[in-house]
Amino acid sequence: MEVEILARLQFAFTVAFHYIYPPLSIGLGLLMVIFEALFLRTRNPQYEQLARFYTRIFGLTFGIGVATGIVMEFEFGTNWAVYSRYVGDVFGSALAAEGIFAFAMESGFLGLLLFGWNRVKPWVHFLATVMVLIGSMFSAVWIVVANSWQQTPAGFHVVGEGINARAEITDFWAMVFNPSSVDRLWHVWNGSFLAGAFLVLSISAFYLIKNKHVALSRKAFKIALVVATFFSFLQAFSGHSSANVVAEYQPAKLAALEGQYEDSDDAGIMILGWVDEEAQKTTGIEIPSLLHLMTNKEIGQDTIHGLNHFPADQRPERINAIFQFYHIMVGIGFSLIGLTLLALFFWWRGKLFEQKWLLRIFVFSVLLPQIANQFGWFSAEMGRQPWVVYGLLRTSNALSEAVTAEQVLFSIILFFVVYAFLFLLFLYLLNRKIQHGPDEAEKVEYSDAPKRTISGIIK
Amino acid sequence: MEAELSYFLGIDYPTWWFLIVGGVFAGYAILDGFDLGAGSIHLFLKKEQSRRIALNAIGPVWDGNEVWLVIAGGALFAGFPVAYASLFSAFYIPFMLFLVLLIFRAIAIEFRSKEDMKWWRNFWDRAYFVASNSLSLLLGVVVGNLMIGLPIDERGNLVGSWLQLLNPYALLMGFTILALFVMHGIIYLLLKTEGRLYAKLRILLNRAVILFIIAFTAASAYGLYAYPKLSDDLQNSVSFWILPSLGILSILSIPQWIKRRKFRIAFVSSALAIAFMLGVLAFELYPVLLYSTIDPAYHIDIYSAASSQKSLGIMLLIAAIGTPLILGYTAFVFYTFRGKVHLDENSY
Repeated sequence: MEVEILARLQFAFTVAFHYIYPPLSIGLGLLMVIFEALFLRTRNPQYEQLARFYTRIFGLTFGIGVATGIVMEFEFGTNWAVYSRYVGDVFGSALAAEGIFAFAMESGFLGLLLFGWNRVKPWVHFLATVMVLIGSMFSAVWIVVANSWQQTPAGFHVVGEGINARAEITDFWAMVFNPSSVDRLWHVWNGSFLAGAFLVLSISAFYLIKNKHVALSRKAFKIALVVATFFSFLQAFSGHSSANVVAEYQPAKLAALEGQYEDSDDAGIMILGWVDEEAQKTTGIEIPSLLHLMTNKEIGQDTIHGLNHFPADQRPERINAIFQFYHIMVGIGFSLIGLTLLALFFWWRGKLFEQKWLLRIFVFSVLLPQIANQFGWFSAEMGRQPWVVYGLLRTSNALSEAVTAEQVLFSIILFFVVYAFLFLLFLYLLNRKIQHGPDEAEKVEYSDAPKRTISGIIK
Repeated sequence: MEAELSYFLGIDYPTWWFLIVGGVFAGYAILDGFDLGAGSIHLFLKKEQSRRIALNAIGPVWDGNEVWLVIAGGALFAGFPVAYASLFSAFYIPFMLFLVLLIFRAIAIEFRSKEDMKWWRNFWDRAYFVASNSLSLLLGVVVGNLMIGLPIDERGNLVGSWLQLLNPYALLMGFTILALFVMHGIIYLLLKTEGRLYAKLRILLNRAVILFIIAFTAASAYGLYAYPKLSDDLQNSVSFWILPSLGILSILSIPQWIKRRKFRIAFVSSALAIAFMLGVLAFELYPVLLYSTIDPAYHIDIYSAASSQKSLGIMLLIAAIGTPLILGYTAFVFYTFRGKVHLDENSY
């Protein structure tokens, strides 16, 4: 196989696997902050139990997230050397900012979060949790900025030609606030909060069905339900504005997302459909005119371009896959709204925890935000092709020249084996932690570790 | 790329950035060096209790230490994308192995304590031991190759197989760095332990010092003999006498500090020794980042590899704001967890 396909496969595989974990960490981080804040306010030890329990799960997701994240940083250099040279001036500063501001912060305070329960006072521990959350959200900022710059480049100029061409920053803030970064950032944040909230919902629903840790799980379920409802609504708005940015700056991607081949001055949106790439035709259930309405275009006057409008070498391939990934993501987004509203309704009627069937759905609902997060990225990145930097650098030109197909294949297999092993371990340990459950209140008592009184902060 | 240079305090931006990248790598070596070193002797600690204490000694800090590698990688990418691209694609297979080992090290620390079964703990103990040793060795191999240069062509690509990176000099440097980290890690553990474990570690420390002296002497002798570039530098530059001598002096002073139970000073000495060793590398390189053994014209130096002056300026500002923050909370975490290790229900 070609180096290009292998290198893309490798990046896709390693980043998709990595992306299981950071959203969970960000989302769980928010829930932990809420639990600890409630504990500080009410001094009800149940909230501390919850915080401690989810911290242990957080430790698991964070550890794998870090380990698989370093791979991504190195992969730019190993597999995409030309890309790294091209974008280093722009992309590198975002990456450096991520390391210095965000990653150092979250990892620095992680030690306090995991091991500091008996060492520092509760409010200091709370601050450490807040810092870890802020750090992980900052990480998302810089990574999304870097990726958004690849989608909608801004604040740079190209110097040099051919192989020596590279993008140089002219305006740092224009680079940071490139046209798509803000919309995509809150889309990513919301997706992360949903991933965390639905994990808590799933675990709590599981306990409630099994009749274990009932009082704790009811509290956790309700808190997570409020968070989930809020962010699933917000996600619809951020998704809408992200799509509008795509419509304006990446029209070929929009055409691929919607499976449109022909230009149209009255474009609809398919709710469900199938793209026949041979026949260049998409069939399915369509709501007429909706795409024009959603993107604020005048029906009958403004044209939304179909794929055929763009030269064959400037539009993405595998249209059906992009179409399906995108539509499944959107479908999941709406079903999360429906699911949370349904649960809220039963809560309002005072019968939430009697609906075992609903709780059962919630046990499995943890997969939905994960799938939506993954598929959303698949459609965003496949829709960007054939460019690695939209309109500037082709993916096929971005590879390391010195690297051979055998080397890439070797490392794909290596990572596949290691990650499969990691994933099994993750599931096994996650299951163990869930089976073990939160510690009972009396066990949460502080241990015999020496209590320190030297400063006001340290216990 | 021959743009006009910007200066801050009379030093041009690429040089500043060279110092920053070097400083962050040194920070990584000093901080994660003791984690790796502690891992490298893990199997020499026989009792379960000792292993747990050793693991929990680095428990709250190792993750923060590893971040320095992420920052170093990011700083190299940001400051010198051309060198980053060449270095990382040249070391393709070693870096992939490095990443997998790094994953195993992290996972072993995290997962070991999650189950009580003997086979489970034995498995992760071995993984942790092998990963820590190999990581130090690989880092040393990279340092060795940077000292003597790589066969890179005019496009910055490695010519020939990556196996040539495993040359005798690089391997000897690998063992030197390994011994250095082991020593450093043991001193850190001495700060954190008491009783019989402490006594055992003191014996291990003496062996590590001897091992280091042997490896260092062998690497230096072979390097001077086989690479005229290194012996020329030794004759022409005073810093090649001063820095290694200071490094050796720091190391020789360590047993004295330990004898007087001045562990913190001993730890600072071994940290300085690491800094001096990397200082040798920095002097050997500057202003070059990657020496080409094919043609001096193909050298990648900090000026040809650097990002634009504007970008470097922005990042200098980022670094200036970020560094005090990082040092501040790193210090806070180390302070919180200072003193001997006591296991509790949150421990590994």
